[in-house]
Amino acid sequence: MLKNDLSTQAVSKEHLAYLQTRKKYRYRVTAAQIILLVGFIALWEAAAGLRWIDPFIMSQPSRIVQTLHSLYAAGDLFTHVSITVAETVAGFTLGTLFGTFIAVALWWSDYLAEVLDPYLVVLNSLPKVALGPVMIVWLGQGMRAIIAMALLVSVIVTILSVYSGFSQVDKNKITLLKTFGANKRQILQKVILPASIPTIISALKINVGLSWVGVIVGEFLVSRAGLGYLIVYGGQVFRLDLVMASVIILCAAAAIMYQAVVIFEKRFVKWK
Amino acid sequence: MGAEKLVRIEKVSMKYYSPEGEISALQDISLNIAEGEFVSIVGPSGCGKTTLLNILAGLIKPSAGAVYIQEQLVSGPTSLVGYMPQDDQLFEWRTIWHNVLLGLEVQKKVNKETKAVAEEMLRTYGLYEFKDAYPSQLSGGMRQRAALIRTLAINPEILLLDEAFSALDYQTRLLVADEVKEIITSENKTAVLVTHDIAEAISMSDRVVVLSKRPGTIKNIHEIKLTCEINTPLGRREAVEFHEYFNRIWKELDVHAEK
Repeated sequence: MLKNDLSTQAVSKEHLAYLQTRKKYRYRVTAAQIILLVGFIALWEAAAGLRWIDPFIMSQPSRIVQTLHSLYAAGDLFTHVSITVAETVAGFTLGTLFGTFIAVALWWSDYLAEVLDPYLVVLNSLPKVALGPVMIVWLGQGMRAIIAMALLVSVIVTILSVYSGFSQVDKNKITLLKTFGANKRQILQKVILPASIPTIISALKINVGLSWVGVIVGEFLVSRAGLGYLIVYGGQVFRLDLVMASVIILCAAAAIMYQAVVIFEKRFVKWK
Repeated sequence: MGAEKLVRIEKVSMKYYSPEGEISALQDISLNIAEGEFVSIVGPSGCGKTTLLNILAGLIKPSAGAVYIQEQLVSGPTSLVGYMPQDDQLFEWRTIWHNVLLGLEVQKKVNKETKAVAEEMLRTYGLYEFKDAYPSQLSGGMRQRAALIRTLAINPEILLLDEAFSALDYQTRLLVADEVKEIITSENKTAVLVTHDIAEAISMSDRVVVLSKRPGTIKNIHEIKLTCEINTPLGRREAVEFHEYFNRIWKELDVHAEK
C-alpha cells in the first residue's frame, strides 16, 4: 500500500473543522498583507498631500503613477525595462552555468579544489562591485561590462554552494554506483548532478538577487539606459518620482524572475 | 547445494595508511564460499568486515592476497557481484522502475531481455503496480525489496549485503530479512552478509564467520545446523539450537564494555 494515501479517506467533522481553521488563518495572513500594502500607500499619499512630508524629496504614489504613465506614453518604459531584464537574465544564466561548470571541475579533481580553495575564499569575500571600473576599461561602456558585473557577482557564490552540494551527496550512493562499475563521468551524471538539483536551485534563487545587484551597479557606472540608469539620472536631476517609479518596476521584475525559478523548481523536483 | 567453490579468498590482508601511522585492518583471511551458500560475517565494530566486503566487491585492492570469483581474479567491480548497501540507497529522484534499471544503465545493458527480466521480478515480488512511484511513497520493506531487485537485475552470481537492514526498525527488519532470504533462495544466489547482529546472522546463514578485533582475522567459522519446522529466518529463530549458537558466538566476539 502506498503511504500518505489520505485523499481517499472520508473527511470527519473534526477534520473539516481543522481544515476550516487553517483556511481562516491563511485568509487572515493574506488580508493583513494586503492591508499593510494599501495602508502604506494611502498613508504616503495622504502625508504628501497634506504636506507632512515634502513630495519633492519623498515623492508620492500618485506622482509615481503619473511618471510611469508618461514613461509608458513616451515609449521609453519598455526599452529601459527590457534592457535591464535582458542584462540580468544573461548575467544570471552565465553566472549559473559558469559556476556549476567550475564546481564540476573542482569535484572532478580534489587536487584542483585544494589548490584553488584559498583563492575562492578571498574572491568570495571581495566586494565584486569594486571590479566595476576594471570591467568597463576591459569591456567598454556598454552592456558587456554590465553583464560581466552580474556574472562576477553571482559566479563565486554559485561555485561555492554548488560544490558544497556535490560534496554532501551520500557516499553510499556513490559506492553503489561504483559496484556497478560506474566511471567518474557516470557518477557525475547519474548521482552527483541529479542529487544536487535542489542545491543548484537554491543557488539559482540567490543568484536572481545577486544578478540584479550586479546589473544595477553596472548601470550606475555605465549609465546609458536601463532601470539603473533611470535611478541614477533621476537622483542627479532631483526627480525622485522617477527614482521611485524605477525602484517599483525593479521590485516587480525581480519578483517575477524569482517566481520563474520557483516554477522551474516545481517542474524539476517532482519527487520531493 | 553445489559444492563448487564460487568465491576463493586467499590470504587477504589490508593495511591503511594515515599521517599518524599504519592501520592493519585485515590479516591473512582465507575463506571459500560455495555456490548457493549464505555466509554471514560478524565481528566487533572496526574489525574490518566492511573492508572485506569492499575487497570482494572489487572496490579496493587488498595489500596482500587475492580474491577469485569463478576462478577469475577480482581486480575491479564486475557484474558477477551485486552489492546491497546500508539503507536501500534508492535514488529519490528516480521512479522505482528507473531505480531498478540503474545498474543495467551503468553497465549499458538496458535492452528488451533485461527489461523483461526486471519487470518480471517486480511482478513476482509485488512491486509492479508501484513501478512509477517515487521511493518516498513506499514503505521501508518495499524499498528494500526494490533495492534488492535493482541488485538482482544485473544478474550477479553473488550478493554482498553490507549491514543491509541496519537502518530499519526492529519489526520491519525481521520481516525484510525473511523476504530477502526468500528472494535470494528462490533466485538461487550466493550471498555474503556483513552484520553486527548475531541473531540475524544465525537466522539467515548456512555459515557464520567470526572475525577478531583489529587486525581482523578469522576467529572461528560456525556451520549453522538448526532443527526447525519452517526454514525461514523467522522460523529458524524458534530452533532449540539457536540460543546455543548465539551464546557461543557472543562469547567469541568478546564484547566488553570497554572504556
